[in-house]
Amino acid sequence: MSLAKKMMTWARIKSPWVIHFNTGACNACDIEIVASLTPRYDIERFGVQLKGSPRHADVLLCSGPVTRQIEDRLVRIYEQMAEPKFVVAIGTCACSGGVFNGCYNIKGGINSTIPVSAFIPGCPASPKAIMDGVVKLLMSLESTEEAEKPKSP
Amino acid sequence: MHNSDRFKIPLGPQHPALKEPEGFSIALMGEKIMGLDIRLGYNHRGIEKACEERNYLQALYLVERVCGICSHAHATCFIQAVEEIAGVQLPRRAQYIRTLIAELERIHSHLLWLGVAGHEIGFDTLLMYTWRDREIVMDLLALVTGNRVNYGMNTIGGVRRDISPEDIAEILKGVDILEERTKYYIEVATQETSIIQRLSGVGVLTKEEVLRLDAVGPTGRASGVSRDVRRDDPYAAYGEIKFNVITDDHCDVYGRTVVRVKELMESYSIIRQCLKNLPEGPLTVKVPRKIPAGEAISRYEAPRGEDVHYVKSNGGEKPERVKIRAPTLANIQAVKQMLKDRYLADMPIVVAAIDPCFSCTDRVISIAEPKKDNRVISWETLRNYGIDWYTAHGIDFTELNNKFRKKLERV
Repeated sequence: MSLAKKMMTWARIKSPWVIHFNTGACNACDIEIVASLTPRYDIERFGVQLKGSPRHADVLLCSGPVTRQIEDRLVRIYEQMAEPKFVVAIGTCACSGGVFNGCYNIKGGINSTIPVSAFIPGCPASPKAIMDGVVKLLMSLESTEEAEKPKSP
Repeated sequence: MHNSDRFKIPLGPQHPALKEPEGFSIALMGEKIMGLDIRLGYNHRGIEKACEERNYLQALYLVERVCGICSHAHATCFIQAVEEIAGVQLPRRAQYIRTLIAELERIHSHLLWLGVAGHEIGFDTLLMYTWRDREIVMDLLALVTGNRVNYGMNTIGGVRRDISPEDIAEILKGVDILEERTKYYIEVATQETSIIQRLSGVGVLTKEEVLRLDAVGPTGRASGVSRDVRRDDPYAAYGEIKFNVITDDHCDVYGRTVVRVKELMESYSIIRQCLKNLPEGPLTVKVPRKIPAGEAISRYEAPRGEDVHYVKSNGGEKPERVKIRAPTLANIQAVKQMLKDRYLADMPIVVAAIDPCFSCTDRVISIAEPKKDNRVISWETLRNYGIDWYTAHGIDFTELNNKFRKKLERV
């Protein structure tokens, strides 16, 4: 059991598959996410792969404030993902609504709709910041799994 | 679905091909596309309205976030309109710096497009190549403006940062490398048989259709329509710079690719001229917080085509009305025409070929539906809808009807 769990955590940390969803961003964070996947930054060396379907993904990368049109779709995509799942809010807009706070069509940051595991601020969040955030999320995964592990001998 | 040959495929809003959320409803007969409905509005944030609640300088930073890829385009277009209302004459150095940033942005946008186009046709190596080279221009933008995207370079009456001689040397070095790489891309795009076979004859839009549908930018220029705001209505420093407007007569996706890679070469030449003739002088002129009453339309050749901003001022600190017409809104109508009677497999590259930017386009959503369950509106329903609508707006014929009926009975 313990070994199986260890294996699972190891696998989860070594190959997190991500899905990218634009929740109403201005494109800036989106191109930075793509830039982090291309040769200069190459986030794939941490095992991160971009996937098309929410059913294959472990991490949901959201960019942009939540617009009223996208809200239902965001919830639907989040629900389609298999457990355990993590949400990363990329960019200031995704963290808090940013400059768009108060616009009539904006609900706010991603955490106004779904729970968020990591916030990466920046306008736009640079590829370095995105990598840092994702790695920090994975590291936190390791420590929480470890904390949960030895409950009874 | 079974009782007719036609069926509809809903696509999106989340799908792997495009970065942005948008919905397509494709009517298919076999594999042929019979009709296409595009559903926009997922990215609508209400920027135009929000501008009215902010002062001009705050609105500038908001407008910059209309689109992250052509952020300088929107910011410059907006600020040009404001400066025109205020009657400000920009310092020449500021004009040249704006031009320089605009061309660096065009390079980054076109390289980005080339990569995305390669990705759509399954040529992923091209994506990796171009995005690797794109980092050179991103570094230059970060060096000059302090940020990779959303540069924040403009301010009312000038630019915020100067260019040092060291920056100039760096830019020239970067441009030299990029020029070498671009020559290679031109070779790849024009000589590789698989690219030519995959792209030529796809998404055809004739010159007449371009003029009728009003397609702008490289989409229009690839069909032989020589239209470029930089030449036709020069802004910033373009009036003093020599460059060619690239056109092509292939009228298809191949033509659009050729136009874009050749435009890259023009951009390098413009940057070199800018840096060579960079005038000395101040960066900004003082502009009062209150802009006098008036209105202005400003045009700007964004990487995707002509961008139009309208600004109306009432003499206060805030704009009274801001209207943005992004280039994708002009081009998106053409997609329908390009895809007619084509195969479903062509759809990704045809949509990608106009270099769509839906965050620019999602300005306004207005859905007028009388009743949700009636998907096909009959004439009778439409008539009743018209009558009800006018009744609600105070034009009622009930009294008049009764009056005339009584008259009829009397006779």
